[in-house]
Amino acid sequence: MLGGAATAAVMLFKSSYGKMIQAAIPESVLQSADPTKTIGPPPGEIGTRSAFEHVVKKTSDISSRTPLQDLYGVITPSDLHYERHHAGVPVIDPHKYELLIHGMVNKPMVFTLADLKRFPSVSRICFLECSGNFRNSKETLTPQEICGLTSQSEWTGVMLSTLFREVGVQPKASWFLAEGGDAAIMTRSIPVKKAWDDAMIVYAQNGEAIRPEQGYPVRLLLPGWEGNTSVKWLRRLELSDQPYMTREETSKYTYAVKDSIRQFSFEMDARSIITFPAFPQQVAKGWIEIRGIAWSGWGKIVKVEISTDAGKTWQAARLQEPVLDKAHTGFRYLWQWNGDTTEIMSRAIDETGYTQPTLQQLVNARGTDMGGYHMNPITAWVIQRDGKVLFKPEKWK
Amino acid sequence: MLYGYMLCMSCKHNSNSTMVLQDTANWPATFGLGRPATQAEIAKLDIDVRPDGKGLPPGAGDAITGKTIYMAKCAACHGTGAEPMDVKLPGPALMNDSAGADRNKLKTIGNYWPYATTIFDYVRRTMPYNAPGTLTDNEVYSLTAYILHASNIITAQTVMNAASLPKVTMPAKKLFVPDNRHAGPEVR
Ligand code: HEC
Repeated sequence: MLGGAATAAVMLFKSSYGKMIQAAIPESVLQSADPTKTIGPPPGEIGTRSAFEHVVKKTSDISSRTPLQDLYGVITPSDLHYERHHAGVPVIDPHKYELLIHGMVNKPMVFTLADLKRFPSVSRICFLECSGNFRNSKETLTPQEICGLTSQSEWTGVMLSTLFREVGVQPKASWFLAEGGDAAIMTRSIPVKKAWDDAMIVYAQNGEAIRPEQGYPVRLLLPGWEGNTSVKWLRRLELSDQPYMTREETSKYTYAVKDSIRQFSFEMDARSIITFPAFPQQVAKGWIEIRGIAWSGWGKIVKVEISTDAGKTWQAARLQEPVLDKAHTGFRYLWQWNGDTTEIMSRAIDETGYTQPTLQQLVNARGTDMGGYHMNPITAWVIQRDGKVLFKPEKWK
Repeated sequence: MLYGYMLCMSCKHNSNSTMVLQDTANWPATFGLGRPATQAEIAKLDIDVRPDGKGLPPGAGDAITGKTIYMAKCAACHGTGAEPMDVKLPGPALMNDSAGADRNKLKTIGNYWPYATTIFDYVRRTMPYNAPGTLTDNEVYSLTAYILHASNIITAQTVMNAASLPKVTMPAKKLFVPDNRHAGPEVR
């Protein structure tokens, strides 16, 4: 079903992207002559994606979303990492790049990119997810459209604690401001504790320099926390004894909980999504390997449960190793579909004992004015008799 | 290069999943990398404004001056009020005529923002969207005064400056609470 290139081309041909595919791949390539009778191109300086593959991000005015349903394993190819920025992607010359750390420190310092690369380095695989990662408006939504604002990379850089040790953070400093060098001059206030826990200053992603869209040449990385706090194109850190109350932590990234507005909501709660079968796929009766990813900003995923009877009963899925801290974790569940209409869904359980909630549980906890940010309800897919798979939207207002 | 990561994979995590780092016991007191920052270069970048007023520059402005600047430099994208327009504007509506207006219908500065200093900080750092960083401090004070007045929070005569702006109490401030979720089974 997800097999060879020919199948993929046919599947995509049937989808709404069909026209784009035909335009993107020249006729001569698709109907290529016997490859055993012609010599192909020689070794090149840079690899390419097969002309038969047309995997793309889905763009809007303010973001572009990772095609979760088209990926294998848990590393997001860097050019398919989701994007969210507030004033476009800046061009920053790495030779002129500097990071300023000042405020409540003993030694205000400036570090060049070369300086940062000389510090003891660390690599870590973790997800980054925008806390606005939720769509549920209609049945015809793909995993990419529902929650494609999450991606995963291996990041390399220096621990922020190493730099804080170098500048001598004063004991009374409890927050720091992280500021980007884009036209939004993006700013967020972060508790200093996160720096001592696991915050990183990263310059590489999946084996190469960070992509411009991801913060080239240097970004902050706060594992498990809402993506906006991992400020890209990082130019300045200022230590303080209070938060700055920037626009992105007051007007945005806050949400109604009953009669109050919740602020500084950092960790991403556990979540999962079945990426196969999912809209717009059509499945046939018989054996189906249900596949998907699960993740939690609070730690490791310990279990993913699958229901194939609309949530009445739940069975454990197999988790794919390695199961990493604050990381997308693959899961699989072998299921024999008898051809009757049903609903399938997954729920993630993390090492803190938290189980991914239903939408109703979220409404009970937060009230009907909730929404906008940190929505992680169970996602259900309806499988119709004809094998068509549709997303199941749920209203709460 | 990879040793930190390997260590992390095999390390123990506490309940809050703190990553245990490589042994730093024999690290030098300093790696001697980087250079001291000068006061001049700090001053050049240090543009942030805190709710207590720290970071606000000298200068002043009022709503009457601010209205003229707003019409010339902001209204094309943000409109002149909360009224829905025939065309979709590039920027969000900034003002309700009443600060108490239903924030579930339209979130604006008057009914949603907890601190007035944030207006100054944000407008100075990134507006107008198509020409960020072009406003003078006096212009930003005037625009801040105009937005606050148009939201029914200050009078047309109130002058905004480094002393008065932090004293403005925003109606929505009392609604803001820090996150009360924590590690564990409870859905919050
Ligand atoms: C070219 C269009 C444009 C112009 C001109 C413009 N803005 Fe904006 N403004 C935007 C956009 C777009 C956003 C949203 C940016 C984002 O979300 O990152 C915005 C956001 C804002 C916000 C934050 C609103 C909120 O609810 O969070 C304020 C305040 C603001 N602008 C003030 C101004 C002022 C004052 C001026 C005039 C000096 C101005 N803008 C001129 C497009 C514009």
